[in-house]
Parts: sequence; structure tokens; C-alpha cells
Amino acid sequence: MDILVIHLFNALLYASVLFLIAGGLSLIYGVMRIVNLAHGNLYALGAFITASVVGQWFAGSTSGWLFLLIPAGAVGAALLGALIEPTLLRRFYRRPEEYQLLVTFGILMVLEDLMRFIWGPYPISATSLFEKMGSLRVGDWIYPRYNLLVIAIGGLAGVFLWALIYRTKFGVLLRATSQDMRRASALGVNVNLVYVEAFTIGCFMAGLGGAIIVPGQSAVLGMGVDALVLAFIVVVVGGLGSLEGALFGALIVGVVREVAISTFPELELAVLYLIAAIVLLVRPAGLFGKTA
Amino acid sequence: MSEIALRIPAARRSPLRIVVWAAILAVILALLPLVMDSYRTLQLAYGLVFAVAGLGFNVLLGYTGLLSFGHAAYFGLGAYTVAFMVKYLHVQSMELFLLGTVVSSLVVTAIFGYVCVRYTRIFFSILTLALSQVLWSLAFKFFWVTGGTDGLRVPTPRLVGIATSESEDKIQFLSHNYYYYVLVIFLLAVAVVWLIVHSPFGKALQAIRDNETRARFVGIRIRSYRFMAFLLSGVFTAIAGALWVPLNGLVTPDAMVWTFSGEIVFMSVLGGFRNFTGPIVGAIVYNFLKDFAVGATVYWQTLMGVVLIALVIALPTGIVGTAKLVAATVRRRLRS
Amino acid sequence: MNYLETRKLTKYFGDTHAVDQVDFQIGEGEVVSLIGSNGAGKTSLVNLISGLYKPDSGQILLRGEDVTRQVVQDRIKAGIARSFQIVNLFDELTVVDNVALAVFAREGKTRWFFKLADQDHGVWDEAHELLKQFGLDAKAEQFAGGISQGERKLLDVAVACALKPRLLFLDEPTSGVSTREKAPIMDIISSIVRSLKITAVVIEHDMDIIFRYSDRIVVMHQGKILASGSPEEIRANESVKDAVFGPTHA
Repeated sequence: MDILVIHLFNALLYASVLFLIAGGLSLIYGVMRIVNLAHGNLYALGAFITASVVGQWFAGSTSGWLFLLIPAGAVGAALLGALIEPTLLRRFYRRPEEYQLLVTFGILMVLEDLMRFIWGPYPISATSLFEKMGSLRVGDWIYPRYNLLVIAIGGLAGVFLWALIYRTKFGVLLRATSQDMRRASALGVNVNLVYVEAFTIGCFMAGLGGAIIVPGQSAVLGMGVDALVLAFIVVVVGGLGSLEGALFGALIVGVVREVAISTFPELELAVLYLIAAIVLLVRPAGLFGKTA
Repeated sequence: MSEIALRIPAARRSPLRIVVWAAILAVILALLPLVMDSYRTLQLAYGLVFAVAGLGFNVLLGYTGLLSFGHAAYFGLGAYTVAFMVKYLHVQSMELFLLGTVVSSLVVTAIFGYVCVRYTRIFFSILTLALSQVLWSLAFKFFWVTGGTDGLRVPTPRLVGIATSESEDKIQFLSHNYYYYVLVIFLLAVAVVWLIVHSPFGKALQAIRDNETRARFVGIRIRSYRFMAFLLSGVFTAIAGALWVPLNGLVTPDAMVWTFSGEIVFMSVLGGFRNFTGPIVGAIVYNFLKDFAVGATVYWQTLMGVVLIALVIALPTGIVGTAKLVAATVRRRLRS
Repeated sequence: MNYLETRKLTKYFGDTHAVDQVDFQIGEGEVVSLIGSNGAGKTSLVNLISGLYKPDSGQILLRGEDVTRQVVQDRIKAGIARSFQIVNLFDELTVVDNVALAVFAREGKTRWFFKLADQDHGVWDEAHELLKQFGLDAKAEQFAGGISQGERKLLDVAVACALKPRLLFLDEPTSGVSTREKAPIMDIISSIVRSLKITAVVIEHDMDIIFRYSDRIVVMHQGKILASGSPEEIRANESVKDAVFGPTHA
């Protein structure tokens, strides 16, 4: 019985991080109809930044401060996003989608090397915080408390995002722009500002995913590319452009992956895609997807 | 749409002129190994192999309007088919390898295509990427079958029944006999794909690309045409993979990873995906470019990434497309 | 027997009845104009009959045969063709390519991938002939995306005619075209339609064109058919004038 709780925690842990990444991807798509192939690398960037800030620069400090520094990765990713969107991406919104995918693929390649250039080819870790938080007893098992913190942060992020989109004035502007950009613009909305803000938030989320996972796992080159593929499964299952879709998609993927890993580890990815394919055949736009 | 008005449609060249041009190209490619060293010849061989992959890929992108980000799966499938035939069936004949590749790729592209052609645009691209990763993950995880990250070795094959003797230099074999074999297959592939895209079927694909609604209202069943294009595209790319693996000597899951799919897209865009010869030029140039970049700096990905971004921003029609535009402008100036 | 008949054809969009229990008939060889204010349901009706939309209820009968469940491509085979209000062409193919493609498709030749399209002289001759009738042959080798709006409208109709249809729907064939060009365009279309004895339904807003070229006029309003009759009858019909022009008219 207790082992099931452990599995549940693992699934939720995975789902939390995936939700942040996929949620960011979905938000960006919902507002700007652009799929950012480099999105996974913003997650990786968040991981690397936090790993060096927490694990290297301030390694000796008191743990209270260290916890506050975790979001550094998210901030870094957000800043990069704010830089990229107006300069490189904006000119592609009116152009055929092939070009969008290509330019973001180019950005992916540059970011991979950027991380290699700054942090070198070896993994970077920041395990002090992870160890500081100790473990929880679950029956005969122990479970790291830090992981529960990650789950909590993921959940909080979801609530915060929901509130942002559905309860704030900014959220109204966001939804208006995503539904009908021209009309929003005609009504006086500064669409370009909304675009860069939405993109920045999406990158912040991806970066946060990387930032919070890194005390538990090292930041390693190539993690962004791996994460992107998983984020794609989440949005295929949950529906591109939908926050609820990212949440449920992440939960489904988290649970299925946990089940697969404990039973047939080799088929992990294959099983996930099978689920995605089944969902697609039944509901082509994803569980919560919009068909436009 | 204003770009259209500036473009000049290809004059209806007689097949004879095209055959002459192709023959000249074939002769040049056949004579090059005699003036280049083995290393360059091998590079060119790789380029021709990727050109076949690009030709296949572009049936889907340039002519049908579908951007697949998962073509590495078929490339790797071709390579692994050869490797499996070597390891488990003890086959050595290149012809049998190619036959086996056609069979295996037909099966896989039929399955993947069935799912993917129900979607278009972004979803199609994402699905193709996702499905290619399934194959990648199988190659990666079932290491006792596929050799995992160590991969599987592939020795030099028998070409048309003639084996390399043990004492013969492998490089010599690859840069001469094997090069010409690849060249012949390349020329055949060019001929076949050219025929396909200039057939009524090819015109129907372009119609679907340009205006799906209109194509439907002319009586074309969109899904089955896209499916056929998907099959053709995947099979040609798989053949390229089968040709590639004896050159490389080894196949690993890296041949299937989605970033390699991205490189295939890059090649076609570099050459110009709205032209028949674009992917061919793009593949050969990309291969030389990448070799140069990898040799020049460890940060070759940045170099390639910047090239891609600049390409998409400034020269979206690629090398061949831009060359045609320049030639047309020059011709117009000379006339006036 | 009517050539085409719809029975209680209905289509909703949300709560609105785009097409509300419509019984529409047309006899063989007739040229019918379908008029009404914007949102009356004209294009929706055409979209339903041509197969772009699926009806929520009702039937569509072509020469007595129920085609309600048929997909677009089967209806094309059965002889229906259409042009579009916002022109739908293959912009990156040449003008003659656009028409030739329709001919290839009609003859079932688009399945062939081991023959050269350019070598099928029969198809190209037919395409050029049709373009000549539409006055477009001079622009045959230009890209469809690069010709003028009036020419694009004609090409849209030409592509539909290349299918040798028995029933042709023309959705605002002169919209977006300068007034000067409208009559010549309709002259061409009308003469071709009549000479080939094609049954036609034309959606139009220009009253002069409607009264000049139609055998019969059908008026739609808010998803229903308001009236149907000869041009003189419709001209005299008060409720039509109210619906189409508004209560205050000269």
C-alpha cells in the first residue's frame, strides 16, 4: 500500500515539472500560435542557472537564502525569452508555420551550444538543498521531502496561472489577443506588449521547471531536447493552447510513465506515445484542445 | 502573394533538355573521384546519400505541403534494417539490403502515415516528431537487440554479387566501387522522383498543398493522396539510410533522433524546398558545411544554428531559389 | 422530377439557424439566382448542397438520389461543382495548370504517378480550349496568384466548368470586381453555362445582373426561402423588397 503512495508521489513529481514546461508551451501557442522547438532548452537553461547559483556561487550560504535563489533559473529563462521574442520570433507570426519551426530549431541549436559554452560538457548539481530537507517516512519507505516541495510548487504555479489568466485584467488582454488579435488591436490593446509578456511568462514557467528539479537531479546537456519531446506528448494528449489540457496531460503522462517504469521500463516512451495516439484517434484536438 | 507576381514560372522544358542536363551532371559526378582524394570522395558520397533522403523528404514538404519533423526515423529504419539483416540473417548483398529496406519502411510508414495524415500543419509536424521518437526510444532501450548506444556494426556489403576481398583497402572500396554504386542509385532516385512530381499525381499533390478546399472540390481525395506521398517519402529516405550505413560502418540510435530530422529539414530549406533540385544541392552543401564547421570549432551547432536562422530570415527560398531569382532578374535587365 | 431537391434542410451554428428547414428545388437546365441580405443563408445552403457542411437534418436529392451522406468528392463525381465567394485557386500553379488539374481529376488520371503530366496533350488541349472560352488563354502560363481579381474570379468558374458539371454553384462570381467588369464576366459565364446546358445556381447581390441573367429568382431571408419566381414576379413582390432592401426603400 505504501509503495503505491511512493509511486503516486513520483508521478506527481514528474507531472509537476511537465506541467510547467508544457503549460508554458501551450500558453505561448494559445496567444501567438507559435510552437517553440527551443522551449525545452529554456527548461534546461533554468536548470543550469539555478544549479550554478545554488550549487556553486552561493554553495556555502545558509539554506534559507538558498531556497529563495531557486527561481533564479526561471528569471534567467524569462529574460532570454523577453530578448528572443521581439527580435527573432515576431517577424514569423504572419509567415507559414514551417518557418517558425525552422527558426526555433535554429535557436535550439544555438542555445545547446550556449549552455555548453557557459557551463562546459559536464553535469552540474546542487544537491545541498535536496539533502537539507531530509526525508519523510512512508510506511516502510522513505521519500525525499524536497520532491514534495516540487509538487507543491507545481500546484501553486497552476493556481497562480489560472488566476492570472482568468481573474486579472492582464488575463483578459491575453485571452482577447489569443482569440482575435486584430480585433484586440483595433480596441487599443498593445498586442506586441501582450506577445512579449506571454512569451516571457511561458519561458519563466519552463525555466522554473528546470530550476526546481535541479536540486534533485543534475543539469545535464541534452536534457532540454529530451524534455521537449515529453512536453509534446503532454500537449498532444491535453490539447495545444489549453492550460487545463497541460495539467491533465501532465498528470496522465506522469501516471502512465510511473506505471510503465515499474512494469516494462523499455516500453516507457512507446507506451506514452501509444496513449497519445489513442487520445488523438478519439479526440483529434486533444482532451481540452481547440480545433482552430 | 506579391512574391508570386515576381516569380517566373518554369518554361515547359522539353524532357530532352532535362535529360541532357542530367547527363552532364551525371558525367561530372562520375569523373570527380578521379580528381579528388578519397576523403573528399567519401564526403561527396555522403552528400549524395543525404540528397536521396532530401529528395524523399521534399516530396512531402515542397510538393505536398506537409512538414515532417520525424524523417530521421525512416533513415534510421533503413540503416537498422541493413544492420539486422547482417546480424540476424547473415545477408551480405546490397540489393537484398535495399529490398529489405523497402519492405520494412513500407510497413512503418504505412502505420505512421495512417495516423499522421489525419492532421495538418503544426499538429502533423509534432506527431511526426513524436512517432519518430518512439522508434528512437525502442532502438535505445532494447539494447540487446539493437546494440543500444554502442550500435551495430555493418561491414562492406556485396555490390551486385561482387564482394570485397579481405585484403582490399576499405577506404579504396568505399571511395570507388561503393561511390559509383551510390551514384547510380542516386541518379535512379532523381529520375523516379522527378517522374513522380511531374506526373498528374504530382500535380494533384501540389494542388492539395496550395488549396486543400479547392482540391477537394475538384474531386481529389485528400487523405489518400497525402498517405501515398507519405509512403513514397518515407521509403526514399529509408533507402538513403540503407545506403548510408555501409559508409558509416555503424548504426546507432543517433541516426533516428529528432534533431537529425531537423537536419534533414535544414538541408532542404538550405537548398530551397520549392525547387526540385533544392534538396539535392542543399544536402551536398550541408554535408560539406557541417564537416567544415565540426572541424573548425566545437561550437559547430551555433554556427549551423545561426546559418539556419539567417537563411529563414533572409533567404527563405534557399540556394537554388535565390539563384533562380537572381538569374531571372539578370535576364530581365539584359533584355531591357 | 426536379434535378436537385432539398427537403427540410437544416443547419445550425450555435443557436442560429443558418439554414432553416429549407425546401429548395431546381429543374434541369435552369439558371436560378439566389438572393437575400447578408446572413440570409445563401452561402450556407450552397455549402450544404456542395458538401462543405454536414446538415443537422434534412435531405438532399440529386435527380432523385439521396446524396445527403456523400462526401464532397462523391458529389463532384455525381456532377456538382462550384466556385467560391473568396476565390479558391491553386495560387502557386499556373492558370492552365489549375484548369488542367480539374480535367486530370475528372478523368481519374491523378492516380497515375509514372506518366508525365505535360505529355498528355488531350488534357492540355482541352484546358487551353476552355481558357479561350473564358478569355484567359493569354495568361495561361502565369501563376494563378498573380493575375487580376476579375481574372481570378473567371478562373475559379473555369476550374469548376472543367469538371463538366451538370449542376454548378457560383458564389458571388462578380464580387470584388469593378462595376465595369461585372457584365462582361457574367456574359462569358452565362454563355458558357447556357451553351453547355449546365443547371446553375448563382448567388449574387447585384440586382441588374440578377434580373438580366436568371430564369428564376429564389429569395432567402434568415435561413428560410421567402419567395421564388420569375424576375417580374419577384420585382413586384412587396415582402421581398422589405426583406432584401429594408422597409424604407424608394
